Amino acid sequence: MEIKVLKDILSANDQIAERNRALLDSKKVTVLNVMSSPGSGKTSLILETIRALKKKVSIGVIEGDIASTIDAQKVGEEKVPVVQINTGGECHLDAGQVSRALESLPLDKIDLLLIENVGNLVCPGEFKLGEDKKVLILSVPEGDDKVYKYPLLFSMADAIVISKIDLLPYAKFDVPGFCQAVRGINRKAKIFQVSCTTHQGIEEWTEWVRSSIRR
Amino acid sequence: MHEMAVTQSMVDLVLDEARKGGARKVKSINLVLGELSGVVGDCVQFYFGLMSKDTIAEGATISFNTVATQAKCRQCAKVFEVQESNWICPECHSVGVELVAGNELFVESIEVE
Repeated sequence: MEIKVLKDILSANDQIAERNRALLDSKKVTVLNVMSSPGSGKTSLILETIRALKKKVSIGVIEGDIASTIDAQKVGEEKVPVVQINTGGECHLDAGQVSRALESLPLDKIDLLLIENVGNLVCPGEFKLGEDKKVLILSVPEGDDKVYKYPLLFSMADAIVISKIDLLPYAKFDVPGFCQAVRGINRKAKIFQVSCTTHQGIEEWTEWVRSSIRR
Repeated sequence: MHEMAVTQSMVDLVLDEARKGGARKVKSINLVLGELSGVVGDCVQFYFGLMSKDTIAEGATISFNTVATQAKCRQCAKVFEVQESNWICPECHSVGVELVAGNELFVESIEVE
């Protein structure tokens, strides 16, 4: 006997993501899911964002890593609530892990939740967490040819941040060409150029983050 | 890359549907996999062997229906298959598309007894 199923394999994850979304909506928390390959500067951008906004906005952070608490310690030094998730080998965060992490955060006091996903340009795209916006970082040394190599994430992102732009004089990275390629598969994404070393572009970025906050 | 999580979700979904249908045994699973999903069939097969053990889905065969990446040109509305990462419209040569197929990842049907 044949049973028609026609159900998305990740529908269980999607359902948990929707529950996370409903909880976060009820607490008026805005959530950014920050994704990139390892070493593109997710933690650095999160730290810059906290430093720029923490006096005006109450921020919480979820750190996702395969192992270690290095990132959570760095974020904790900024005196904001932070929860570390160790996926123990899994290449992405899933909605269930985030749901458990949310239990440890003072959601009533948080306006902005920054989720740092596991460093990976493939898998995190498939797993919704309950976020408002997806942020994708690509650093200058990674090269400008990544849009069509990882089209799924680039097509989904609400904001794309080119990081480490202080390295533009040393690396071949065609910024206009990259932006054109992004526009080819994603019309809505805002594109930012930042350096966490020289702080160039950080203000424009944090202004966008601030304008995304609902509270 | 994330086949372990995907396969576990698939096994849970299949067992749930089979149970609802009152099945004693799952004989086969028809999966639809988009190219862009990044899911590798061989890995799913491998994990399925481990994860279905001692369930009514143990020994079931999986058939993979792969869906090619398809884009629709924003200029001329031509729908074309994206090959070798070439996203330029073959009709009007413009850049700028909407993704119409390629990120599928679902169970189409199961065969049970």
